[in-house]
Amino acid sequence: MTTAILEMRSITKEFPGVKALNNVTFSVKPGEIHCLVGENGAGKSTLMKVLSGVYPHGSYTGEIGFAGQVQQFRGIRDSERVGIAIIYQELALVPELTVYENIFLGNEVRKGALIDWNETIKRATQMLAKVRLDVNPEAKIKDLGVGKQQLVEIAKALSRNVKLLILDEPTAALNEDDSANLLDLLRGLRDQGVTCILISHKLKEVIAIADSVTVLRDGQTICTLDAHEGEVSEPVLIKHMVGREIEQIYPPREHKQPGEAVLQVRDWSAYSPSLGRQVLRNVNFTLRKGEIVGFAGLMGSGRTELALSIFGNSPDYRIEGELQVKGATRQLRRPSDAIAAGIAYVTEDRKGNGLILIQDVKQNITLANLRALAQRSVIDTNAEIKIANEYRTAMNIKTPSVEQRVSNLSGGNQQKVCLSKWLFVKPDVLILDEPTRGIDVGAKYEIYTLMNSLVEQGMSIIMISSELPEVLGMSDRVYVVASGRITGELPSSEATPEKIMELATN
Amino acid sequence: MMSGKTEAQASGSFMQDLSKVLRQNIRDYGMYIALFVIMFIFAITTNGIFLSPRNLSNLLNQTGYIAVLAVGMTLVIVIRHIDLSVGFLAGFLGAVAAIALVQWGLPTLFVIPMVLGLGALAGLITAFPIAQLGIPSFVASLAGWLIYRGMLQLATEGTGTIIISDAAFNAIGNGFIPDLPLGGPLEQIHSLTLLLGIVAVGFFIYNELNSRKKKIAYGFEVLPNAIFGLKLLFISGIVGWITWVLANFNGLSWTVVVMLLVVGAYHFITTSTVLGRHIYAVGGNPEAAELSGISVKRITYIVFGSMGMLSALSGILFASRLQSATTTAGTLFELDAIAAAYVGGVSAAGGVGRVTGSIIGALVMTSLTSGMNLMGVGIAYQYIVRGVVLAAAVIFDVATRRAAR
Repeated sequence: MTTAILEMRSITKEFPGVKALNNVTFSVKPGEIHCLVGENGAGKSTLMKVLSGVYPHGSYTGEIGFAGQVQQFRGIRDSERVGIAIIYQELALVPELTVYENIFLGNEVRKGALIDWNETIKRATQMLAKVRLDVNPEAKIKDLGVGKQQLVEIAKALSRNVKLLILDEPTAALNEDDSANLLDLLRGLRDQGVTCILISHKLKEVIAIADSVTVLRDGQTICTLDAHEGEVSEPVLIKHMVGREIEQIYPPREHKQPGEAVLQVRDWSAYSPSLGRQVLRNVNFTLRKGEIVGFAGLMGSGRTELALSIFGNSPDYRIEGELQVKGATRQLRRPSDAIAAGIAYVTEDRKGNGLILIQDVKQNITLANLRALAQRSVIDTNAEIKIANEYRTAMNIKTPSVEQRVSNLSGGNQQKVCLSKWLFVKPDVLILDEPTRGIDVGAKYEIYTLMNSLVEQGMSIIMISSELPEVLGMSDRVYVVASGRITGELPSSEATPEKIMELATN
Repeated sequence: MMSGKTEAQASGSFMQDLSKVLRQNIRDYGMYIALFVIMFIFAITTNGIFLSPRNLSNLLNQTGYIAVLAVGMTLVIVIRHIDLSVGFLAGFLGAVAAIALVQWGLPTLFVIPMVLGLGALAGLITAFPIAQLGIPSFVASLAGWLIYRGMLQLATEGTGTIIISDAAFNAIGNGFIPDLPLGGPLEQIHSLTLLLGIVAVGFFIYNELNSRKKKIAYGFEVLPNAIFGLKLLFISGIVGWITWVLANFNGLSWTVVVMLLVVGAYHFITTSTVLGRHIYAVGGNPEAAELSGISVKRITYIVFGSMGMLSALSGILFASRLQSATTTAGTLFELDAIAAAYVGGVSAAGGVGRVTGSIIGALVMTSLTSGMNLMGVGIAYQYIVRGVVLAAAVIFDVATRRAAR
């Protein structure tokens, strides 16, 4: 048994109100590929940010040992200096610069005060050979595909004599050939002595490549498994990833026989020219009157893209397929069309594109349906205050007055303002994208109760959620989305965390 | 103009109420206070000449062509854009008006709507690359700046300065509204101006009382009685005083009438209509506005179209005032308008700024010029002082917004 190259002991990291990591222990042996798996929000990325110094020493408790020494990183530069490199899903390359400039960015080959470009190109060529990438080092990054860009990132890490390479979801944006290629390269690097930590949602990939696997759940280390002892299999991993009791935090509701179809989506595909890939492939689903349909899946699986494409807010997508609202085929080219057709979309990013933070509560609530308050397009401001106060009472929005700026409200109350805005539109179909993200348990319960009473009144709800317990606790039916496709449909009676996770990692 | 927000109807004393209302609305009242301070200083340093009827009348007329630009620029900045082309567009369209009047012999009543229409069209053309292709407005309107400068020179190339002799057209920039043929004690006084002032004050008081009554009927919070009374008295007093001063000179000028109409219309649109709310929503968060069913493109076209139309109006006012179109008309108007908007409390981050504020901003900037001219301050120092005031206004704005958070 060799001593570990990386030893993270009792790491605890708290954010206001949340314990993101709770006494996590994580140990990596030299020269192995160690996979880190867990649900969204399990703490994988936070742990890697602690390791790489994004969260500096002192902002967490616990100890990091690397290469036999206790390390106290104050920033990414410190961790880079000892040979740790992290490659994020969002690549950190400069698109307008060439491959060789990117590889040596921040680590330039100097000759006196100047850069030695000839030497730079020579070394870059060597690095590219190491990652088996056959491109002209003078090509610009923006002209390469995502798969090749990823290899350039790895070449950049290798140029700094990396000892521990961390990859966060490297294959999420890659096609199968590029993925296989990348995994192959990682094996090659391992044989040359580079230790590698791989974060991945794709369990098949994990099983194919891992020497060891650590499972995180709810900010805690659940177990570390040795692949060579035959401990790692898909069911075992899924069990460890989701293995928690679903608490009774969901208000009860009888699952009634749903009514007629209000929204039908047929052979819905979308291609994004700017991303250069197919975002949605042949999606088919139906939403009936008075039901809550959950859309489960991992982050980046295409659920939000699906919702926005239905809502008419995907100007750059090329969309094929058919959309029927209450039996009639509709072309929804922009959000105003969708709103007119009776569809409302409550965003997952309420601060980014849900609320107008500098405006007050009443202005936000009435924004999407101002015409209802206007005569000849002159707004009746007294009626506006009255309506806003009605929603404030009905939704229990905690604010000193409806003339309070929404930026001063808490997350839960902001979310209630968002919901009020869309309820004021009086929609038939309500699409909720991560409706309870970042809000406290009390407000969550209120939102669940509201959802139940809305479907009781005949509304239909699509709930996109990355929280499995929420999907299971609230939905009449569940669709599972993975890589822009619907990989399965489960009635609530048959849906289990294991089944969903299996379909989601498909 | 000075609609005060009330957080709670305090039962405290009058002074407590007053200081509270002032504190809560310091951002809105700040530039009014600044204008008063500036006028007060000049009144002293010029031994009262600054506040003489003749000077105040001149001051308002000089503000006209920048003020209408500042109104349009306010909305452009509110939706997070800028329009640099407006100065030379105003100059060019002023020349077009002059050519239409002088060389083509068209009547004023036809020329004015035609030029306004051309201005709106020019604004839509500027908006096209911005709305459709996402070109930064700085660049798109800089191109317009160059193009209209060139077109202004082309238009005036053959003839040089074009002298306008049309009396009706020239009255817009130089004339005053007619007086009522009254004798007796009102003979020395411009009685129509006085009458309009009295009607305006009456209308204002009626409106305020009415809206207060409605608010109380709905059970909403209103200003404490004493503060409300003070507000009525204060605004009526200001309007009354300005009316009195103007009535003692030549009365209301047509330029001021145009300015009041533009401000009134834009104030109404921005504060009371769906369109106005949509404009501020787009400025506050374009993504959220788009997802709420508001077309950001449409708003962009409307705002730039209105800017173009107001540029045309500015060009008409300026050409009429000079009774001619010159090769350099419009130079630096755009920067004066932008400065006026910023002094008036517009935020570059978008979504914040009032039309009325920008008018006050324009008045502040013209008052500085006028007052310093009267004092005989050199032009070099004038630029420096105006620069310092602009910087101070923006710093004050940012500081009070931080404090309000």
